[in-house]
Amino acid sequence: MTRYQVSRRHIVGTFALLFASSALIWGCKTAGGPAGTEIPVGEFASLTGGTATFGQSVHNGDVLAIDEINAAGGVLGKKINLLTEDDQSKTEEAVASVQKLVNSDHVVALLGEVASSRSMAGAPIAQLSHAPMITPASTNEDVTKKGDYIFRICFIDPFQGQTMARFALNSLGKKRAAVLTDVKQDYSVGLDEAFKHTYSTSGGAIVSEQSYSTGDKDFHAPLTSIRATNPDVIFVPGYYTEVALIVRQARELGIDCPILGGDGWDSPELTKGAEKEFNNTFFSNHFATEDPDSTVQNFVKKYEDRYHSMPDAMAALGYDAARILVDAMKRAGSTDSAALRKAIAETKDFPGVTGHITIDPNRNASKPITIIKITEGKFHFAQRIGPEGEALTPFQP
Amino acid sequence: MQLLQQLVNGVSLGAIYALIALGYTMIYGVLRFINFAHGDVFMVGSYMGYFAATVWVSHFFPVGTLPNTILVFLLAMMICALLGATIEFLAYRPLRNRPKLTVLITAIGVSLFLEYTGQLVFGPNPRGFPAIIPNAPLIHTASVTINTVQVVVISVSLGLMIALRVIVMKTKIGTAMRAVSFNQQAASLMGINISRVITFTFIIGSALAGAGGVLYASQYPSIEPLMGILPGLKAFVAAVLGGIGNIPGAALGGLIIGLVETFVSGTGASTYRDAIAFGILIAILVFRPSGLLGKREVEKV
Repeated sequence: MTRYQVSRRHIVGTFALLFASSALIWGCKTAGGPAGTEIPVGEFASLTGGTATFGQSVHNGDVLAIDEINAAGGVLGKKINLLTEDDQSKTEEAVASVQKLVNSDHVVALLGEVASSRSMAGAPIAQLSHAPMITPASTNEDVTKKGDYIFRICFIDPFQGQTMARFALNSLGKKRAAVLTDVKQDYSVGLDEAFKHTYSTSGGAIVSEQSYSTGDKDFHAPLTSIRATNPDVIFVPGYYTEVALIVRQARELGIDCPILGGDGWDSPELTKGAEKEFNNTFFSNHFATEDPDSTVQNFVKKYEDRYHSMPDAMAALGYDAARILVDAMKRAGSTDSAALRKAIAETKDFPGVTGHITIDPNRNASKPITIIKITEGKFHFAQRIGPEGEALTPFQP
Repeated sequence: MQLLQQLVNGVSLGAIYALIALGYTMIYGVLRFINFAHGDVFMVGSYMGYFAATVWVSHFFPVGTLPNTILVFLLAMMICALLGATIEFLAYRPLRNRPKLTVLITAIGVSLFLEYTGQLVFGPNPRGFPAIIPNAPLIHTASVTINTVQVVVISVSLGLMIALRVIVMKTKIGTAMRAVSFNQQAASLMGINISRVITFTFIIGSALAGAGGVLYASQYPSIEPLMGILPGLKAFVAAVLGGIGNIPGAALGGLIIGLVETFVSGTGASTYRDAIAFGILIAILVFRPSGLLGKREVEKV
């Protein structure tokens, strides 16, 4: 009997403690806010692990933008303090990173991640604590459906697929397409479905549908089946590790038609050792370093001066994400979360490096797409296509 | 038409599985345990081939020349042989008289050790493997393309398998290996140095894995520290399929797994590729528990 009472008192005590501590945390969150002369902004990125090159590029872009803004006097009379957490390319680490940034660093907004899976893992926490989050490069449709505090400044998967279908039909004039999809990646499946739908409803024919899984090394089998149907263009919406092998093996099998892909191709590793095989391939991307546009050229110069390497699309998107966030802070006139959220949602025609960006009612970006042509292992600007599928520049074959 | 091409694709994949499977089966033959680190020795073989081709040998012979290719193979095989012998000496020998389960778990530990050391030393990002075998189509018709890499892969694998067969059947150490595999205690009573035979088995098995690593990387030129896991697993399946402990069985098993995988992916059902490959394994083992060429052993109580 006595023991029961003791344990009950224990339970009550524990609950009281829990309440007290949660009240404490809540109190900090609401009453605290950004104190002092700095605005804390959180960034979670994959600086190490499987997609380290993506995370590092975005981080470089973020840092370049924030340093530039701070050097010009900051925003709202304060400097921005960028707090970065490395999620090691792991979903569970992304959750832990966002929790730390939001709960103990009390950041006013979040920048991150590249991988859609990790953005989706971090988004519910950002939404719950009303910290606006801008993902620079997560293209999966569902990311911004996590809540009204979640935004993105890149285009979404269906748009890439649609654009590549129109590009194949209108710019290349190819009417028979085969697709080779990575069934383990939502990204790849999303692009594939949009491509097939647009292609077949706009006058083209899908002659072969083959698939593979992330991590595969041997693609001779699906490629042999594709070859038997004699397509005049192949769409491979995968990531660069597998695509590097697919294109090589396709050429080995004597398939020499154009091969198309999406932004998952964008890596300096893509064409290493296979420069010849990658001739006559195209992919959709967020930006091209060769784009004659002056905003792009300014950015490329600043980036090169600082990091002594050419920026990739991820760096450009990181740079744009950070600048759109600061632009919203300026327009909101405060870092209050509701006002900041509203200002980000009202972003219109922001002159970004990756094109003019307008945030639509679904908190996605409406913006142009850049098509890259690969020649002798080098990426060249081929065409820019607008949000409605209209050609903004003529195709440069 | 398509069938012939898929056959070529399947045989060149199966030949590599067979090479790795031989290592599993030989070590099982003499020690009666599965060396799970074998797939990672294969990975180390690829990396050694990479460094040999791009750094060590390229000073003297440029990549793609015959002396370079031969030296790359020899170096990768030698380093892997050394690695295999070291693993045996440090990890397995102290456990020689312990329960088999202890050794098995140690093997998993060694496997993880190699994988994560690989990530630390080589970095986790995939690297492109240099073209040590200049790739060109040898036969090129509308329905079938056979290129030099495939021919080299198949012929080198075949050559190594024949060499192994000769070593095991015709030499003194091979006879000793067979004796140890047959009955370790009786063999040691006949004056066979068991430890020497086991070390030799590891040397041969690991050298084959090293060669397999270089061949695999030449055919699928992207290497990373975790690349050994899946081929290792498939080769293990191949060894079981052919009858573990049986050398021709491992070669046959590797070929079957390679062909089945290729034909399944070729029909567009790549999602089910591994499921079907492993399903076949289960089916064969239901009807022939000791594998295709394995001998049925009677447990004496």
